[in-house]
Amino acid sequence: MIPAPFDYEVAESAEHAVELLGQHDDAKLLAGGHSLLPLMKLRLASPSVLIDIGRVSDLSYVRDAGDRIAIGALTCYEDAHFDETLKSSCPIVAHAAGEVGDPQVRNRGTIGGSVAHGDPASDIPTIMLALNAEFVVRGPTGERTIAAADFFKGVFEVDLAPQEILTEMRVPKTSSGWSYLKFHHRAQDWATVGVAVVLGDGSNNASVALTSMGERPLRAQGVEEALAAGEDPASAARRAAEGTNPVSDPMGSSEYRRQIAPVLTRRALEEALSR
Amino acid sequence: MPAKIGDSLRRVEDVNLIRGEAIYAADVRVPGQLSAYIVRSPVPHGTIVDVDLEDARSMPGVVAAWRAADVIGDLGYMPIIQPRVSFEEAVVPYLQPVIAHDRVRYAGEPVALIVATDRYAAEDAGDAVFVDVDPLDAVISCAHAAEGDALFAEGNEITVLHAGFGPPVFDDAPIIIQTELSTTRHSGVPMETRGLVVEFDGATDSLVVHGSTKVPHSNRDQLAIHLGLSPARIRMKETAVGGGFGVRGEFYPEDFLIAWAALRLRQSVGWIEDRREHFLATNQSREQFHRAAIAGDEEGRILGLRSEFWADMGAYVRTHGIRVPDLTLSMLPGPYDIGAYEGIGHCVVTNKTPTATYRAPGRFESCFVRERLIDMYAARIGMDRFEVRRRNLIRPHQMPFTRELQSTGEPVVYNEGNYPKLLEDVVGRLGTQEVDRRRAAGERVGVGIAMFLEKSGLGPWESGAVTIAPQGSVIVRSGCSSVGQGLRTVLSQIAADVFDIELCDVRVEMLDTNYTTYGTGSYASRSTATAGSAVHMAAQEVLEQARNFAATELEVEPQDLVVRSGGLEVTGAPDLRLSFGEIATKLDPVTATKRGVLPGLRAEQFFHVKKLTYPYGCHAAVVRIDEETGEPRVERLILGYDVGRAINPMLVEGQLHGGALQGLGGALLERFVYDAEGNPLVTSFMDYLMPTCAEAPEMETVVTEDAPTTTNPLGVKGVGEGGLTGVAAAVASAIDHAIGAPGTVRSLPVDISLLAGASR
Ligand SMILES: Cc1cc2nc3c(=O)[nH]c(=O)nc-3n(C[C@H](O)[C@H](O)[C@H](O)COP(=O)(O)OP(=O)(O)OC[C@H]3O[C@@H](n4cnc5c(N)ncnc54)[C@H](O)[C@@H]3O)c2cc1C
Repeated sequence: MIPAPFDYEVAESAEHAVELLGQHDDAKLLAGGHSLLPLMKLRLASPSVLIDIGRVSDLSYVRDAGDRIAIGALTCYEDAHFDETLKSSCPIVAHAAGEVGDPQVRNRGTIGGSVAHGDPASDIPTIMLALNAEFVVRGPTGERTIAAADFFKGVFEVDLAPQEILTEMRVPKTSSGWSYLKFHHRAQDWATVGVAVVLGDGSNNASVALTSMGERPLRAQGVEEALAAGEDPASAARRAAEGTNPVSDPMGSSEYRRQIAPVLTRRALEEALSR
Repeated sequence: MPAKIGDSLRRVEDVNLIRGEAIYAADVRVPGQLSAYIVRSPVPHGTIVDVDLEDARSMPGVVAAWRAADVIGDLGYMPIIQPRVSFEEAVVPYLQPVIAHDRVRYAGEPVALIVATDRYAAEDAGDAVFVDVDPLDAVISCAHAAEGDALFAEGNEITVLHAGFGPPVFDDAPIIIQTELSTTRHSGVPMETRGLVVEFDGATDSLVVHGSTKVPHSNRDQLAIHLGLSPARIRMKETAVGGGFGVRGEFYPEDFLIAWAALRLRQSVGWIEDRREHFLATNQSREQFHRAAIAGDEEGRILGLRSEFWADMGAYVRTHGIRVPDLTLSMLPGPYDIGAYEGIGHCVVTNKTPTATYRAPGRFESCFVRERLIDMYAARIGMDRFEVRRRNLIRPHQMPFTRELQSTGEPVVYNEGNYPKLLEDVVGRLGTQEVDRRRAAGERVGVGIAMFLEKSGLGPWESGAVTIAPQGSVIVRSGCSSVGQGLRTVLSQIAADVFDIELCDVRVEMLDTNYTTYGTGSYASRSTATAGSAVHMAAQEVLEQARNFAATELEVEPQDLVVRSGGLEVTGAPDLRLSFGEIATKLDPVTATKRGVLPGLRAEQFFHVKKLTYPYGCHAAVVRIDEETGEPRVERLILGYDVGRAINPMLVEGQLHGGALQGLGGALLERFVYDAEGNPLVTSFMDYLMPTCAEAPEMETVVTEDAPTTTNPLGVKGVGEGGLTGVAAAVASAIDHAIGAPGTVRSLPVDISLLAGASR
């Protein structure tokens, strides 16, 4: 459980990180390290260079940007969890950040790292998808923005080129009900299944997204359609597992995940409607 | 305040543990210490084509890289790990070589050893070792092991154990229920993994092994045989541990390999297992599959129990021989007066990590099987589960109760106990009205119960030594190790009680085989019963030495002296006294020789176990089920246990709480999963789910002292395992009750997908 040898560079800014990425083949950005370092310790990842962006403190922020809230990529979960702007204007992010791992993880792990890592069992990507968030990415030729719906491609696969860094996540301000229900075996575990619900101006335009139900965070389209068609939450929720093919792993079988996704979805809808 | 037996005193161990001053195996540093890394088989089964060490040998910092051929080349033979207990001739072909030579039989089996200047260099070199294995099909299922490809020429079934008594009842009993029950692999997971530092002492041409904490004497003797050294040239020193739970401290392949490396290099070598290795290499436990049956009449009288079971020994038999299946077999009838019993235990090998004892071995499994059967029987005849147990428990007037069985080679006799009273005590604490009310309101909540016997104080003997230093401090040594159970506190308390002194005036030394010549070790809830008794006896002998000397000095009769505040004083004349320190000081070599006694105050005693003791327990659980997801929430655990006599009630509770949480892990969360090819899927804490405080239910203990044992002078029965034994059975019982479907839970850990949507 000791990583293979690697070189280490410290980035002073996002631009510097991009520059350093250009100078090395096979380099990896290091944010909180709580996903990357375990993989390296098991030698499942062996980058030749780590570019530490952990000290780029101006990428750690939560800002009110008019109709949106901008979250710096290096904001750690703990900061997001207690952030007043998020708590009042986009509470689902603050809430979900508090559901991740344990206090150590929440104090080191970053929101941007979670999004960039692209683990379908992670909580924040699901929240971002449900919120129709937008991501700001910087590369050698400048900045681009990309919608969450287009960003997540597969297991550990996201729309980031080798020389790009994720700098910001933009989420809408929400004024209606929301819920994130995470089913796990123990308080600190990853989601066996997670369901995020963000209501629009009524229950018939809710967005519903799922954790651990496929190779990437998924929108529960069937549920959303049923709600839009005026079905009540209980019957709409039955369609939560439609079209999904979740993995079987020690946390739960594929069938079990498909069995409980509708249950959690119904509860999440009920909770969102009651908020 | 002088410490007394029965006081709830804080543990003497904790201050330096909390301060971070304790020295664990990985903390030991000796001059010139090198670091070892074990290269392990990446596949569960195969023929070794080659272990190529060439690249590894040329890596920076590498001192040596060896494989099996090097061990054989050096010694002329391949050392084979020998059973410490429960040896049977049949296991011989299945014993584990210290390093795989031509065949690998589990993923994680050692195939090469790297020694380097530090762990970083060693692991990098380990990565450069090319292990070429021709894969063979792996045997995974223990129930079907015998039909699988043979791991050994002798076949996959090592031996079949038989036990039983009474007439055949399974042909014509009014009620017969047959079922299949199983417990899945899990194990003890100490905070510090296994580790040792083998110090090469060039001055005396000997080895000092730091970190062997459980059965150091036995490990020393085994190591000496394998290395062809006199045991006198090997010194074992215990270190602090983060728990042992039966798995840590046994003699494993690494216990040979690291010592052999140090001896060969004439340089000290350290090794610490990483967590991934722990999940691959350290003994696992519990995997059994039972075809079991219960027979009874319509009135709730159990007529017979039967089980044919398959115990998964993993890929090899290690130091415990056939102990786990043997204990399963002998403990299955439990605390009930059952007329007939038949047990058949198949010991089989599979391509998985070897198994051995883990806290409450054979009892956790057999309790689950027996108590499930009793619940199913109760449901069948429509009788209350508590009432069926009441009707079948062995009653106090039947004590001592002899079973026509043997366990660990000894006859089974339950000496004392009031089982029905403990059941009533626990039922009283449980109070089912609240749960009844919630059930009536539609909640899926249930209560569960399990009764069991434990086993403690295994022999054959243990040593204890007490010395009073001239300054007056009392020094205690024993052959048992501190494996986190609070042994130092308990032994201090036993000695302090004799001399009427404070706990801090006693010092229990770390086990060092150079000072404690004979020792058996810490396992099987034996340390307080055996080492505690030996220390008590040694303290009594020291007291007599002091009394005789003081009587002469004070010119009174020995019986006129009473012990008070660390000294002896004349009854009715408290000014006439000598402290034990003063006596020890006066008894210098000159004075002692004049008096014809040995200098100082000291004694060593051996407590011989003539009979095992069988503590008994009763666990109850309250569990709520989420009817849609099946998620169980254990709300309460009630842990009833008779200890005979509690030396330190707080430690008794601590043992019960800790054990119960492990039991809960085995009931609901912990398991090692293998894929169809035999690859281990659970190799980190991400997948091995131990309960944390967030999952811990409210735990209430009902500790009784109704039946002190007569098998040792203190009357104590071991408490190390009894917090665990019945938890899974009680939780299973409560889950069945909650969902209103008796017999639903038939395997552990509970598969919650079976409970999702289950209706009452
Ligand atoms: C014990 C434990 C429990 C956990 N439990 C949970 C849980 O319950 N739910 C959950 O969602 N997660 C959980 N996690 C994972 C944790 O949330 C992730 O570690 C974290 O989200 C990733 O962020 P990081 O800053 O640690 O990223 P790193 O580990 O530093 O990086 C992860 C990957 O993203 C890349 N990266 C990081 N930042 C950027 C960036 N700004 N731009 C481009 N690429 C980037 C890195 O190069 C790397 O490939 C747990 C982790 C641990 C160790």
